Amino acid sequence: MDLLATALPALGEAFALILQPRQLMFLVLGVLLGLSVGVFPGLGGIAGLSLVLPFIFGMESVSGLALMVGLIAVIPTSDTFASVLMGIPGSSASQATVLDGFPLAKKGEAARALSAAFVSSLFGGLLGASVLTFFILVARPLVLAFGLPEMLMITILGLSMVAVLAGRVPLKGVAAACLGLMLGTVGEAAAGGSLRMSSYDTPYLMDGFKLVIVGLGIFAIPEIVSLLRQDRAIARDAALGAGWLDGVKDWFANIWLSIRCSVIGVIVGVIPGLGGSVVDWIAYGHTVQSAKDKTGFGSGDIRGVIGPESSNNAKEGGGLVPTLIFGIPGSGSMAVFIGGMALLGYDAGPQLISNDLDITYTIVWSLALANVVGAGLCIALSGPIAKLTTIRFTLLAPFLFMMISFAAFQSRQSLGDLVALFGIGLLGILLRRFDWSRPAFLIGFVLSDQAENYSNMANQIASSKFRRGFDAGIDYIASPISLTLLIIIIVSVVIGIRQAKQILPEGAVETGAKRAPMIFLLCITAYLCVAWYDAFTIRMVGDKIFPLTVSSVAIVCCVAMLVQMMRAEETSPLFADREAGGEDAQAPHGLWGTLAWFAVLLMLSALVGFILALAVFLVTFLKVRAGLSWQRTLMLSALGIGFMCLMAGVLNRDFPPGLLQDYVDLPWPFT
Amino acid sequence: MSLFSTTKRTVTRTASAILLAMGFATAAHADMDLSGETVEWVIPFSESGGSAKWANFYAPLLAEALPGEPTVVVKFMPGAGSTKGANWFQEQAKADGMTIFGSSGSTQFPYLLGDPRVRYEYSDWNVVLASGTGGVAYLPPDMAKKMDGLDASGLQGEDFIYGSQGATRLDLVPLLAWEMLGLSVEPVFGIKGRGDGRLMFERGEANIDYQTSSSFLKGVAPLVEEGKAVPMMAWGALDEDGDIVRDPTFPDMPTFKEVCDATDGCETSGEKWEAWKAFFIAGFPAQKMVFLPKGATEEMIETYSNAFKKVHARDDFAEISKKRLGVYPQMTGEQAAATLKQGTQVPAKAKAFVVNWLEERYGVTLK
Repeated sequence: MDLLATALPALGEAFALILQPRQLMFLVLGVLLGLSVGVFPGLGGIAGLSLVLPFIFGMESVSGLALMVGLIAVIPTSDTFASVLMGIPGSSASQATVLDGFPLAKKGEAARALSAAFVSSLFGGLLGASVLTFFILVARPLVLAFGLPEMLMITILGLSMVAVLAGRVPLKGVAAACLGLMLGTVGEAAAGGSLRMSSYDTPYLMDGFKLVIVGLGIFAIPEIVSLLRQDRAIARDAALGAGWLDGVKDWFANIWLSIRCSVIGVIVGVIPGLGGSVVDWIAYGHTVQSAKDKTGFGSGDIRGVIGPESSNNAKEGGGLVPTLIFGIPGSGSMAVFIGGMALLGYDAGPQLISNDLDITYTIVWSLALANVVGAGLCIALSGPIAKLTTIRFTLLAPFLFMMISFAAFQSRQSLGDLVALFGIGLLGILLRRFDWSRPAFLIGFVLSDQAENYSNMANQIASSKFRRGFDAGIDYIASPISLTLLIIIIVSVVIGIRQAKQILPEGAVETGAKRAPMIFLLCITAYLCVAWYDAFTIRMVGDKIFPLTVSSVAIVCCVAMLVQMMRAEETSPLFADREAGGEDAQAPHGLWGTLAWFAVLLMLSALVGFILALAVFLVTFLKVRAGLSWQRTLMLSALGIGFMCLMAGVLNRDFPPGLLQDYVDLPWPFT
Repeated sequence: MSLFSTTKRTVTRTASAILLAMGFATAAHADMDLSGETVEWVIPFSESGGSAKWANFYAPLLAEALPGEPTVVVKFMPGAGSTKGANWFQEQAKADGMTIFGSSGSTQFPYLLGDPRVRYEYSDWNVVLASGTGGVAYLPPDMAKKMDGLDASGLQGEDFIYGSQGATRLDLVPLLAWEMLGLSVEPVFGIKGRGDGRLMFERGEANIDYQTSSSFLKGVAPLVEEGKAVPMMAWGALDEDGDIVRDPTFPDMPTFKEVCDATDGCETSGEKWEAWKAFFIAGFPAQKMVFLPKGATEEMIETYSNAFKKVHARDDFAEISKKRLGVYPQMTGEQAAATLKQGTQVPAKAKAFVVNWLEERYGVTLK
């Protein structure tokens, strides 16, 4: 009852603060800004917050908070547009949504998928806020109970989802996940700073790859190229089926799933250091495991949208706990938010809860309110926006290439971003073609850093505790939380392995000749061997052990597959190859010819800078490939470039410069 | 915090800013006019670091203080431990008075340690502001009891765990200090920020830690009140002669120098001490600086120096900066130039010592 006595008055004050016309106006303004920024992949909360930060100083504090919170709250909602409509994971919060959302769009049910996603987000957000209202008062000791061994366990739980998403050949799934883990180790090791698969001469690689680029390369590029080859609309027959109301009904029919996934979202969000990267995969894995009929997952099961979307907004609420009570941001945008709060005169930290509980609640409930406004707007928009999927894809593709190049360039503002995007895109295309699980690869990549750091650090601390005494050591590693998580992991892996064959996260794939899949496998094995040797030559044990172990596991998997391939028939799923039959094989345009268009854009950018290259690319593409009249070609190109410049101008972002810019000083936007 | 008092604060803040701006409008006639321009303040880190907070604090104040009140935008250019942004500033920034650069201890350390990625040269740049900070080491209460006043020899037999971002970062200052005191501290590398180190301490996984002053005030001071942490020592501050004195933010805490003097086996002279002091200066009293690029004119340097002076002369500066930056010298003009010198010119012997120590103790090489 003590809890209620503290919480209720502050809660009342908080509502009195938020529910003022002026505050609500700023909240809606934030929501609108967040929506317009969030729909573009790769931009997200940080870009949006940086946009308003200069105006925050000197603002009245509740209005400033409302503006910032409104902006943050809708990012995980709005990025659903890109992941459902285009198959582009807009941020780490919507990776898993792509798996079932995009196939639904292809079926012509984009509006249904979108509205189900938004209702789930809305519900998750509200549930998160309600739980937090009380939890935030008692959260501190609970959060502190999550030490490194516990965080390692949650990371492993995330990795164990690979068992569900591995596809028809489990070995292939494990190898794909290991490959993702290995890609995550490229660059300077977090512990000792040793360089892995990079050197001081390749500064780009030293920093490692960013999630934006890997997500775009692995999911977006293969889908865009594949659709472009077929020269039709995203929705088959360019017709729309189920509408937004169906999505709402779907959500209601799966309300318990939505509740469970929201709770997962809050719990994982609360733990500092994990961030949002695992939560939607854990939610997706849970959705699949708890479903009775699993055959539809990966080819458009609405539950595959509801699960992850319920969790990702709940996670934003949960993420406020470490941000507010420890002053430790759970994500990049939360870090900028803390900076913004400081501009308003509030410091995140324990004293915020004890001294300014009303402000804390203002933040929590502004988040919930912004969710309602944002999701409401998004649902209203989902019908009209779903019409995008009926447009001939050849007209959309050049603009998507434009968007993702720009988004990728924001990661490091170097030409290397575009090269990396292309390289990883190529890898994504091949993974898709030979049916290597791309979700497994992405899970591996996303969790690589955490898996390595937490295991190294937990190991180091545990050995120090064991030196002090056996009991201290055991208490540390075998805490009740760790043991519970261990049981969940084991159960989840066992269920996953049993059921993996029924679940095809990326649909069924034909098999064909032996040669192409074998060559691809040999290339992967060769890379793994090089990476193994590279790790072997590192001097510091802490920096070498993880890549060495992971690449060893991967090499064993690859060799086992090679042996199986020697014996197996051509019809074995080992030889899955999308070029052997089905949609891709029958497409009117070739793979390499289509990819070449994108390559041309990148190469021109390297020569004359992004905007000039884009002008040439858009005009040529629309005229030659899409066969438009000169008039429409020029009009669309001008629109595209104008839009790009407007966005970069407003957000104060640069474009990739080329060789030309080294010699000639050009005015913006040509710089 | 009620709505009324925040509104009132905003009003007084704005009013005093207007008054100040009017007062200085006549005095600033010799400076260049920047009205309608956009000044880009490049920070070689991401949006979430300490440098971002520092720049976001100064940016709106600087915009008000510059003649013509231009827009000041903070632009983030992270990468390669800040060497990417610094290299860009060295090679590509135009000296048109519209681009300024904020460097930090993490930009200075690679420069001092001879990191092969460094292609920038501090002496080419023109410093217009130098901001200092300090740091505090702290212990759990049971360990703190083992200290006898200033004498830390009681701690010498203990096993310490410390959550560290890496031995070549600012963490080398505390690591070297503890080693000089004879403490056996095992760093657990790989944390993402000092906040994570504090969490490890709170969870009992680490049993020694340090925080920069502002983070100490925000995150650790409440723990001290609850009796969960005890400050061990502050690194200290520099006086006019370049000697280490007590930190003005923590006048009651002994400096590392005092603790070292009182502890057996720790010496405040000789190679090791000189090396520690040199890197301490680069990392703390001379931590953050603002530069104009190579080739900037006297007029530009003058304009920006004056603008920062004007910011520091604000009536409310002491109040608003105390919370965000701590009570540390914010230097312009010759003082800033002197700080730059101290922070970027380390004796060759000190550098050689640290490079060698890093390799022997932690196996870290920068090659």
